[in-house]
Amino acid sequence: MSELPLRPKDYKSTVKPVWCPGCGHFAVLNALTKALAHLGKSKEEVAMVSGIGCSSRAPAYLDSYGFHGIHGRALPLATGLKLARPDLTVLVAGGDGDGFSIGGNHFLHACRRDVDLTYVVMDNEVYGMTKGQASPTTPPDWDRSKLTPHGSGLRVFNPAAIALASGAGFIARAFSGQPNEIARMVAAGIEHPGFAFIQVLSPCPTFCPEQTGWKKVVRAFEPQPTSDPQEASQRIHLDDGFSTGIIFQSDVQPRRQPSAGVGNVEAFAEEFAL
Amino acid sequence: MQTFALALLGSGGAGIVTVGQLLLTLAARRGLYGLMSKSYGPQIRGGEAAALLRFSDTPVRGAPDAFDMLLALDWNNAERFADEIPLTQDCVVVSDAAAGDPPAFAESARFSQLPMTTTVKEIEGGRPNMYALGWLARWLGSDLDAVDALLTEHFAAKGADAIAASIASAAAGFESADEGIPALSISAGNGKDRWLLSGNEATGFGALRGGVRFVAAYPITPASDLLEYLAPRLEAVGGQLLQAEDELASINAIIGASWGGVPSLTATSGPGLALMMEGMGLAVASETPLVVVNVQRGGPSTGIPTKSEQTDLNIALYGMHGDAPHLLLACSDIADATLTTQWAVHLAESLQTPALLLSDQFLAQTRAIIDRPASLDFITRRRTAEPKADEVYHRYAMTADGLSPMAIPGQPHGMYTADGLEHEVSGKPSSAASDHQQQLDKRQRKIRDFDYGDLAIRSEGEGRLAIVCWGSTYGACHEARLRLAEAGIDVRVLALRLLAPFPLKAVREALADVDKVLVLEQSHSAQFLHYLRSQLNGLEADHLACPGPLPVRASTIISRVTELGYGHV
Repeated sequence: MSELPLRPKDYKSTVKPVWCPGCGHFAVLNALTKALAHLGKSKEEVAMVSGIGCSSRAPAYLDSYGFHGIHGRALPLATGLKLARPDLTVLVAGGDGDGFSIGGNHFLHACRRDVDLTYVVMDNEVYGMTKGQASPTTPPDWDRSKLTPHGSGLRVFNPAAIALASGAGFIARAFSGQPNEIARMVAAGIEHPGFAFIQVLSPCPTFCPEQTGWKKVVRAFEPQPTSDPQEASQRIHLDDGFSTGIIFQSDVQPRRQPSAGVGNVEAFAEEFAL
Repeated sequence: MQTFALALLGSGGAGIVTVGQLLLTLAARRGLYGLMSKSYGPQIRGGEAAALLRFSDTPVRGAPDAFDMLLALDWNNAERFADEIPLTQDCVVVSDAAAGDPPAFAESARFSQLPMTTTVKEIEGGRPNMYALGWLARWLGSDLDAVDALLTEHFAAKGADAIAASIASAAAGFESADEGIPALSISAGNGKDRWLLSGNEATGFGALRGGVRFVAAYPITPASDLLEYLAPRLEAVGGQLLQAEDELASINAIIGASWGGVPSLTATSGPGLALMMEGMGLAVASETPLVVVNVQRGGPSTGIPTKSEQTDLNIALYGMHGDAPHLLLACSDIADATLTTQWAVHLAESLQTPALLLSDQFLAQTRAIIDRPASLDFITRRRTAEPKADEVYHRYAMTADGLSPMAIPGQPHGMYTADGLEHEVSGKPSSAASDHQQQLDKRQRKIRDFDYGDLAIRSEGEGRLAIVCWGSTYGACHEARLRLAEAGIDVRVLALRLLAPFPLKAVREALADVDKVLVLEQSHSAQFLHYLRSQLNGLEADHLACPGPLPVRASTIISRVTELGYGHV
């Protein structure tokens, strides 16, 4: 191992991303490496878990341990990993379809369970890998998918509100055009002792070119953050979804597993003896 | 073999199952073998309950042909057990005098009543079920001291008053023994080195002994009591159990934990297994070891959750999409459940692949007195990597046996991304034909070429007729073989412990000099027969299909063997 501290680029693998030119995910990937360098993490102590979708390709682009699993199941896989190996820094990456649609139930329960994971959702309000269908965060009148030619007509899923209602202790929103802010939030999320949820607005220039206009509307939440769930709820519900920052950080410590026992399995055989 | 079957009936809350459990313990302490299964109505609390016991001079595994004695605390809704509790011609039927007349199925010339309720009314806190226990204890041949000692242990948490009331009630029952009813006449052994446990407990112990230290699961009948066994014991040995939000989470959580280096397991039943199939495919593709215990129940759909069937064989064999070679094992009795579960962990770890273990409701929820099984030591080991700074590590490197050393997160220089996408040797996604071919070959080879040794099948007996089975129906087959042998008819029994990869050589050898094969299974659609035919080039076989919910009885098998011309019994 090198004596010198690792630089952000040292955390990148040699695998070339499948992402389109102009995709917001490149900036998110860079920000992740910055956060890891800032925290001085070794490559081998980091594991990134993902599901399926454009953003879920991220683990292979990091030179750390990674698991590219199946659609919607990144959080449970990461939960098992972190519970079994609390010494690892476990990051979870994915998109809005993976996290809020097929994996929606796991999102609720990961927030409730409060296992020490840092979950970065690259939200571009569209299914990119399957070539442009409506996701839970797509506006209801978005009519450019052949599956929903009149728009989905569905109310937009509000990830921060759901996370708060489900008990998440760290809720943040960032924008891919502000990579230093993402890095700061990811680092804070990693240092938060429980489940940390970071929604990153990450435009898809291919299927939603209008999202390149997001850079003109994002703004910082003021003041930030709060540890009061009621205040956080107000902020989230009064907001249009384009304010960024750490919205909520609870000061309640996550419940810990009981300390590990050291018993001998063969002693259980005596329970069966007459 | 000497056996005696006793059915106990009562409304929920009357404590009849407690009577059965205590009586089984008394039998074990007297040196008898035996077992007890339970049957309940659909109510969560209340309703009717039955404890179905057998006592024997040799280990028994299956349901009796018919019951020799029936004792009822009451007859409320007892008719629903008519199919499940066939009675012998001269069955002894005993009930509380307050219960009234028995229903049609329980009418018997040898019917008598005991003053259970009226007697215990005189005892502060007295209960009719304890009266029944005392009466049954005397019939069983236990002495009152043994009953007192057992009740003192059993009700320790309920305090001195409860213990005293139970002992007084039991003593009243003990003293009231009916001279007209002969005591149980089965030769008792010394009772040394025996265990009393359920199949789910045996499976759980095997998992712990095999090294499982992480379990994630979602409650489901009839697997929940396996999870309840595991949770506190995992904690005691430094492991943990995660109650997941659903089965999709369960299977993925154990993939994560196992990938992190900790041997992991989940347990479920049919509906949950269906939900886990995609995750199992991920374990195959990413070569992550894990064990899935599927405690079968009647299907399809919600089916009959509290009854046994062997109808998850097809989904267990073929449920995954793509070409997904994996291990499929089955335990055939309670002692075997410990061994086979331990073996499943060993195989999964050694072969870096999911092992699916089939149990079933009858095996899992029956409690039995067994000979203490030998403790087998498997050298359970995952082939781990030792990545070096100056070498490039390839997680899915080609090797002769198809097994590639596995780097564990935390190890320097071993970083890679595991993937459900087809990949090249490094783990990098690839859709190239050559990579797909290479990885398909590797995943097949590591499982196909492994030496499974003597454990793959369970074979016993001689004779020109072989009964081929798997899972808990082995119990009925084994008993049929013993009873046929007593009548001078030799048959052999072959039970598959390893179902996939199919142990072709071992099965062929076991059937080499057989001229008739009878395939027995608890499935309507002949799932096992079709599988055997696919593996044994069309196998000519007679077939006995016994779908649930009723257990397979040895008499059914003996009748078929007789019909096939292998002598009269």
